[in-house]
Amino acid sequence: MPQSEKPHPSGDNRFKLLDRAITKHQGRGDSLIEILHVAQGIFGYLENDLLIYVAHALKLPLSRVYGVATFYHFFNLKPKGEHTFVLCMGTACYVKGAERIQTALEERYHCKFGQTTADNKVSFITARCVGSCGLAPVAVIDNRVVGKLTPEESLQRVEQMKNVIATEEKIVHEVVP
Amino acid sequence: MTIEDLQELSEQEQQRQSEKKHRILYCAAAGCISCGGDKVGNVLKAKVKEYNLDKECDVVGSGCMGLCGEGPLVKIQSRGEGLLPPTMYQNVDERVAEQIVTSHILVGKRIETHWCDTSAPFFTEQTKIVLENCGRINSESIEEYVAAGGYLALAKAVTEMQPNDVIEEIRKSGLRGRGGAGYPTGLKWGIVRKAQGEQKYVVCNADEGDPGAFMDRSVLEGDPHRVLEGMAIAGYAVGATQGYVYCRAEYPLAIERLKLAIKQAEKMGLLGNRIFESQFNFRIDIRIGAGAFVCGEETALLQSIEGKRGNPKPRPPYPSEKGLWGMPTVINNVETFANVAPIIRNGSEWFSQFGTEKSKGTKVFALAGNIKNTGLIEVPMGIPLRKIIFDIGGGTTEGTEFKAAQTGGPSGGCIPKEHLELSVDYESLAKVGSIMGSGGLIVMDSTSKMVDVAKFFMQFCMDESCGKCIPCRVGTRHIYGLLDKISNKKATHDDMILLEELCLMVKETSLCGLGQSAPNPVLSTLRFFRHEYEALLNPVETYLGGETAMADFEK
Repeated sequence: MPQSEKPHPSGDNRFKLLDRAITKHQGRGDSLIEILHVAQGIFGYLENDLLIYVAHALKLPLSRVYGVATFYHFFNLKPKGEHTFVLCMGTACYVKGAERIQTALEERYHCKFGQTTADNKVSFITARCVGSCGLAPVAVIDNRVVGKLTPEESLQRVEQMKNVIATEEKIVHEVVP
Repeated sequence: MTIEDLQELSEQEQQRQSEKKHRILYCAAAGCISCGGDKVGNVLKAKVKEYNLDKECDVVGSGCMGLCGEGPLVKIQSRGEGLLPPTMYQNVDERVAEQIVTSHILVGKRIETHWCDTSAPFFTEQTKIVLENCGRINSESIEEYVAAGGYLALAKAVTEMQPNDVIEEIRKSGLRGRGGAGYPTGLKWGIVRKAQGEQKYVVCNADEGDPGAFMDRSVLEGDPHRVLEGMAIAGYAVGATQGYVYCRAEYPLAIERLKLAIKQAEKMGLLGNRIFESQFNFRIDIRIGAGAFVCGEETALLQSIEGKRGNPKPRPPYPSEKGLWGMPTVINNVETFANVAPIIRNGSEWFSQFGTEKSKGTKVFALAGNIKNTGLIEVPMGIPLRKIIFDIGGGTTEGTEFKAAQTGGPSGGCIPKEHLELSVDYESLAKVGSIMGSGGLIVMDSTSKMVDVAKFFMQFCMDESCGKCIPCRVGTRHIYGLLDKISNKKATHDDMILLEELCLMVKETSLCGLGQSAPNPVLSTLRFFRHEYEALLNPVETYLGGETAMADFEK
């Protein structure tokens, strides 16, 4: 069960939200993945302290929580950049030239996919098929699916995106179970 | 809720729909939404209101209409004399949406520029069982599902049939698992029914990880109740009281629709305790994946539902005997469950008229890649591949030459043009070294290089290997290395021999389906496109004499 009704020592109110989710699942160990989804939804990424907190609350060994958090691609242990550019690398997108977009972006920003630019503005991520194969090649730019992309358009989009100041919600994950 | 209540509800809804002169359906599946389908829906609703057409027009968001590449799609059905016949519009934007109301509805004039010809083979050559409601009903309304005959099969099973009769009916229909392996569903249910266990579970595998496949997503988004009904029937047949849908996190819209559907069904008493006033109780919960391809493998999926790392377990024991929390578990794919209700409703004989002798029914395919009509199709089993690609799919884009069709994702293989007459069923596909898979069908034209395609899939398998067994963890890495060497023109004939040996080793010795099928793309491209590999080989002398050999070694 969550650590009573007391506020978290750090004074961070976001832990209340997390506690609520844990209570909803009756603190059961098998709800670990659900809880990590919620935690990442609230905090944006899973830092070590957060994993320790979850491990305590669900009465699980930390090794198990860390093991699960690192196993699944969806969980980030490091903060993401202000903006995200998720390039779909599914077969349909690959056949339609997603690789060219990847190369163009990597050359322009000197940043490999899977990393965040040095100024912490944009995280480049590859995805395993977002299921919009009809529109290939597809990218999810700040949680919006954009289809039929070309390398030139992708560069343009990233430039536009960099100039917009990110709002808090953009960093937060879309899925909060 | 009794059967009479259900029938009454169905009649009420049919009555409500028949009172409306026009029914405007806009595609509200993820594909169309991502190119502006939701905006089109909003404009349609606003305009209908603006012109005071509320009483005669129904504007509803429906499931996938199939032709995803031309989205957003809008369909209009009108009843009454002198009105336009059912019409479909493609590439609809906000401006066209406005025209649909002002021109099509008010004046009765078709918008020729965006009109979609529904008499094209893409629409006429299909046989719809799983997708019968997709694009026809409001995907967020349980009433519309009931009006389309929904939950009648569950009512029939629970009130008129014994659990064994249900299993027998499914067995007789010849339904086989649609996840790829094609295990007979009735047989699986029978094993679970007989297995000992105080609690039994029904699990729906909606972790559609194959890149290029979006059939399950479309069914869940367009007709979620159909899957729930199928699961409930399975629960009744095997004696389970709890079901789980394991859906991947990449499908937020499908999760949302499922949640809503479960809530609606519970409210009406179609899920929960004493369903149709019988002794049968059944609940369904959703579990969300977290982006691991291996969790599509059944034992790994069960581990993930238990909140653990998705590591597969050796089989036997099969999940049918020892599954979730060690209890007997039915685990089927979304499409398999979607087939259950129509079989119970219409009988096994009706179902087995479709398909071939060993593969009954239909199969949903996601057509993508270099093909004109990308989208979702449902065809009877045994249809020739040529018909799917050239008649329904319209052939390759921009007149380039067809080279290969890839089925089964990273576990499948590439089928070259020599085999275009191949009948699409489980056995025939296996014969040419591919698999049915979950239904992704990617068309490649002459611009695709087969070595790179094999490398692409191997990189996928390498990244997604869970790391538990060595053949898969290390083997895929080495196969990838060899393919990389070949594509960079540094490999020799010896490397080719090594590649083949390694592929067979990984195939034979891996623990789960991921590793066992990982070499398939390489083996099938080696079989049909060996010349492409050989063209990239380096003669032995230059390789050994060159500097690259040493440089590679030092790496």
